[in-house]
Amino acid sequence: MDSYFSIFFTEVYKILFLLIPVLISVAMIVWLDRRVWAFVQKRRGPNVVGPFGLFQSLADALKYIFKEIIIPASSNKLVFVLAPVVTMTLALISWAVIPFDEDFVLADINVGILYLFAVSSLGVYGIIMGGWASNSKYPFLGAIRSAAQMVSYEVSIGVIIINVLLCVGSLNLSDIVMAQQNLWFVIPLFPMFVIFFISALAETNRPPFDLPEAEAELVAGYQTEYSGMMYAMFWLGEYANILLMCAMGAVLFLGGWLSPIDIFPFNAIPGPFWLIFKILFLFILFALVKATVPRYRYDQLMKLGWKIFLPFSLFYVVLTSSFLLYFDLLLGK
Amino acid sequence: MIAHSVFFYIFSLIAIVSAVMVTVSKNTVHSVFFLILDFISISCLFIMIGAEFLGMIMLIVYVGAVAVLFLFVVMMLNVAEQKGQWFSSRWDGGTHIPVGLLVSLIIFFELIIVIGGWKYKPDLLNSLSINISTEVTNTRSIGNVLYTDYILLFQISGMILLVAMIGAIVLTYRERAGVKRQSYFKQISRERDEGVDLVEAKRNKGVKIDA
Repeated sequence: MDSYFSIFFTEVYKILFLLIPVLISVAMIVWLDRRVWAFVQKRRGPNVVGPFGLFQSLADALKYIFKEIIIPASSNKLVFVLAPVVTMTLALISWAVIPFDEDFVLADINVGILYLFAVSSLGVYGIIMGGWASNSKYPFLGAIRSAAQMVSYEVSIGVIIINVLLCVGSLNLSDIVMAQQNLWFVIPLFPMFVIFFISALAETNRPPFDLPEAEAELVAGYQTEYSGMMYAMFWLGEYANILLMCAMGAVLFLGGWLSPIDIFPFNAIPGPFWLIFKILFLFILFALVKATVPRYRYDQLMKLGWKIFLPFSLFYVVLTSSFLLYFDLLLGK
Repeated sequence: MIAHSVFFYIFSLIAIVSAVMVTVSKNTVHSVFFLILDFISISCLFIMIGAEFLGMIMLIVYVGAVAVLFLFVVMMLNVAEQKGQWFSSRWDGGTHIPVGLLVSLIIFFELIIVIGGWKYKPDLLNSLSINISTEVTNTRSIGNVLYTDYILLFQISGMILLVAMIGAIVLTYRERAGVKRQSYFKQISRERDEGVDLVEAKRNKGVKIDA
């Protein structure tokens, strides 16, 4: 019995050691997002609370905590309360398999990439539950839009993952990173990286694909009826998902914790820092896209997902596999 | 092993209770939510017996895609709360009970045949020509079997799914009149001359448009 308890406590300690930095970085990343956005549009952005406005997110969080939570009388109360919890939990549990360095990962499971994909495909439930339980028109329309959008873009993300897996021969995320020691997959699979990036924007409901919360048509989409801490949980979950997508892109295409060149000043920097640099790089790209690109129309969004990305990434699967087969490069035989 | 069996019973209990709740709950959307819970606990059971690939695929396919479509349909149809279920106090005459009983009897006998086969013919499992080695990951061992010995069945099931997909599109597709379509190619390939027409306007005469 003693051993069970010690296992339990070490695991809890490890989970906290992972989750608390993730939550803090989510708060910081919101600030970074707003600063980059303001920088592009020649505004100042949040710059009042703390040095460079760094504590803005904390101030916002404090505000949300002390606001009243309003549950609409006609809503389905249990589902209404569960929805933000589901979003937040799903956004956080997927961090368990992200490898920060060799042997520096919470759960080094065989099917790591499938786990990530499965959890990110469950993310749609938080939105659809919230939209339905609010029992009001705008949230429902937002939820329906969002569900259709996320399911569509998941398909192309899945096919892109197949491309990477063909080059690796394993579903383990650490193996995927180690396979990129000589060449990051962003070079041979560059078109897939671009499509992954755009699909990740759509999957996380970021602009230019933020139709679920298009404020001009749907007020705030599925979040319309939410207030206080419950709204903040949706919001945190969304940003945690964005960070996760950046981490996924870094692991799949940018060599995870590996340094760009394996010579002295670069490989002296520890692996987790490299991963964080890469996540930040991708996140700043996300923020730049948000600041510059106008919102898509809904039929354009669907057309892009089904008629352009899906056929192209399928074609690339054929291309990659025939290339690997012809030059006898298939691994893991 | 104690922890293992405790978790096994927890997940099985959740699976069975939620499967019952799918049929019992009065709100159809709640039924779908219970169905999702059922899928998730079954995939947990798969993972517990070491079939992590099957468990994850179960999550991705059933929970991530199929159940979302179920929810879509149920929410869109807006089925009102079901009235007069057979377990409730109100009785609607029970016209659907015989059919339901027949189906469940058939499923029951099928299960008896399958489980009886395991129980009374232990060499049934060994007679299969599959060598399952515990060293390779189960993703690889499934691939080794699926793409070699059973490639024909695999391809046939793929064809059936393709036919079903095309059939669904053909059945539901309707050409509607008056729908405006956008052609990017047409938009981009428009020349200046097609869009702009310079007219020499005479003084005090104006220009006649739509000539």
